[in-house]
Amino acid sequence: MTQLVAVLIDGLIYSSWLFIMAIGLTLIYGVMKILNIAHGSLFALGAYTAASLAGYWFEQGYPAMGSYAVMLVSAVLVGIIAGPLLERGLLRFMYGRDEIVLVLVTYATFLILEDFIKLVWGVDPYFLYQPYGLLGSFDIADLTYPNYNLLLLAIAVAIGAVLAWALTRTRQGKILIAVIHDREMAASQGVNVSRVYFVTFTLGAMLGALGGALTAPMISVQPGIGAETIVLAFAVVVIGGLGSLPGAALAALLVGIVRAATVHFRPELDLFSIYFVMAAVLIVRPKGLFSTQEARKI
Amino acid sequence: MKISNLVCRLLATSVATAALFAAPAAAADKPIRIGLVSFLSGPAAGPFGVPARIAAEAIVESLNAGTAPAPYNAIGFSGVPIELVIIDEAGGATKQVAEFRNLVERQQVDFVIGYISSGDCLAIPPVAEELKKLTVLFDCGTPRVFEEGTYKYVFRTRPHATMDAVAGARYLLDTRPDLASYAGINQNYAWGQDSWNDWTAVMSVLRPKAEIVTSQMPKFGAGQYGAEISALMQSRPDVIHSSLWGGDLEAFMLQSTPRGLFRRSGLLLIAGEPNLHRLVGNIPDGTIVGARGPHGVFAPKSALNDWLRSIYRARTGLDPNYPAYSAAQAFLGLKAAYEKARLDKVRNATPMGAAEGVKEGMEEAYKMPSTDEVIAAFEYLTFDGPSGKVMMKLGKGHQAVQGTAYGTTRTVGGQIKIENIKYYPVEQVQPPEGMSSIDWIKGGLKPGKW
Repeated sequence: MTQLVAVLIDGLIYSSWLFIMAIGLTLIYGVMKILNIAHGSLFALGAYTAASLAGYWFEQGYPAMGSYAVMLVSAVLVGIIAGPLLERGLLRFMYGRDEIVLVLVTYATFLILEDFIKLVWGVDPYFLYQPYGLLGSFDIADLTYPNYNLLLLAIAVAIGAVLAWALTRTRQGKILIAVIHDREMAASQGVNVSRVYFVTFTLGAMLGALGGALTAPMISVQPGIGAETIVLAFAVVVIGGLGSLPGAALAALLVGIVRAATVHFRPELDLFSIYFVMAAVLIVRPKGLFSTQEARKI
Repeated sequence: MKISNLVCRLLATSVATAALFAAPAAAADKPIRIGLVSFLSGPAAGPFGVPARIAAEAIVESLNAGTAPAPYNAIGFSGVPIELVIIDEAGGATKQVAEFRNLVERQQVDFVIGYISSGDCLAIPPVAEELKKLTVLFDCGTPRVFEEGTYKYVFRTRPHATMDAVAGARYLLDTRPDLASYAGINQNYAWGQDSWNDWTAVMSVLRPKAEIVTSQMPKFGAGQYGAEISALMQSRPDVIHSSLWGGDLEAFMLQSTPRGLFRRSGLLLIAGEPNLHRLVGNIPDGTIVGARGPHGVFAPKSALNDWLRSIYRARTGLDPNYPAYSAAQAFLGLKAAYEKARLDKVRNATPMGAAEGVKEGMEEAYKMPSTDEVIAAFEYLTFDGPSGKVMMKLGKGHQAVQGTAYGTTRTVGGQIKIENIKYYPVEQVQPPEGMSSIDWIKGGLKPGKW
């Protein structure tokens, strides 16, 4: 029984982390139809910026609790600098081209940003471990968990809820849905599609960086972390159905629980677990859990 | 032999030997080019590749200036300065094979020193043989290189990884004679699987009654270990064996320490030494750590050890870790072989020995040794390294052996110290020549003759 409880808790924690990693990617794809491979680099930039700024915060002896705000600011900074730079400086020239061209463009951007990170931060790892243990811990099922995990869970739920509310209950959200359904028609109705793309990409970049900033206290921030993340995030987005927010949430939950169960009961299959979920879902629903029927344009 | 001949021969040899080291670059205008292949990017760069590169650059600078301690105080190799051509090892074995060809055919290097990844160390030797390029593997661990192959042009100046498990288990059982159970967390690729398989094989010989409670195999670069830590905590092993390294090890420690995993179980880190200085505050006292040889904190005091520490510290402000020692052993081993080959040439070409053509004999003697001559000098060579004697005694004289050491960590004044160090001689931790590691382990770890 305690093992089942552990599976549930470990699965939920991993799911919330996965959802935070994947949400920016799915948002950008949903609106702009860009499979943004550079999302991995935005994650890494968020992690490095948080590790540097919050590391400085701790070095100066400022109140430790303030480090969470510094992490959040780091994500916002990366989002509002890198997002507009990439969207205005590069991607807007590619709109209307085949999706595979945009994949290649963002992949090239990913490679450039990986080297940029090495140039700025070098190859030595950075640590920001203090925030992970700062909030204390709780005991359950013969196990101890840092409360930071609950923070992750709360942030994942909050992001999902706010995005769902904004998309369905606000004017801007409805405009966004109009653009998702038919870009040309929305433009003909006076929607500034270019501005919608700009805001969406910046928000997506910010969410990617937030994923990195929130992950930094749990890992050694070093070159290569972006590549690992984009693979996982991509798997979640594909399982959920490209561009679907509820799909990403359900996929993250599914992958998280299956992986935790695998680790507890058949650890030798851990490597395969996420791809097992992916294969099983895609056999039944080739376009993912929440894929929508697309009207064929003539 | 007449006395006058003997005197003349001794005199000639002495003069030639003195000239050998006193007249730098007399016989060669261009420097000796050495290709250095080490991880400069990717997860292995921080803990392994970059420290090895820094050590290599510092060593070459010191050797070229003639400031290394004896017997390495001749400039460069036999008076000829060394030039490095540095290549990033990242990218996988296929890329490295192409890079190796590039180093040999385009960059025209004289020797290659490199390779941290065992995958690269298995891929490169056949190409080195094909291109007839003397290659020194400096850090990788897989015993398969010389247990499954025979190579003329390939040497490894560092002991292979079998000693990790053997010495680790011996140390664990020496310090925890009551051990009843153990678990593992190792990466799910060749290194992690081999390390765990070696470990369980050794433990089944040394402590057959100990129970394996769980074996966790996260993927390389997993980053998140929450479920694995829960599984380890619930299985409550006496000790956890881990070959995690670099960022994976650091992430695991950062996530498991606040959860109190190590209040329940001890920890043995096979490859933890390079990360120690970064884990202050995140590694429990009593963690068992090794360095595949008496390297780093385990290295006994000597002039060579002091030299390596000082030139490395001058560049980084840190003490060298074991990959830095591995790099040092490769350069010093190659230098020792090169200079021995040159000395042998001079000794074999004394005036009396070449009475019919004294001039030709001396000219030949002052030529740089050929690759074949360096190989002949390298095989079964014993040379001094910063961590003690290194003997090229396995793999038909191509694979180094050394004893090794393990110890336990204790954090004192914000620094991690290693205590309770135990040294294990070669015969206790390495299989004898002609026997594979796994056969040696399964056969009961009987000490060989060295």
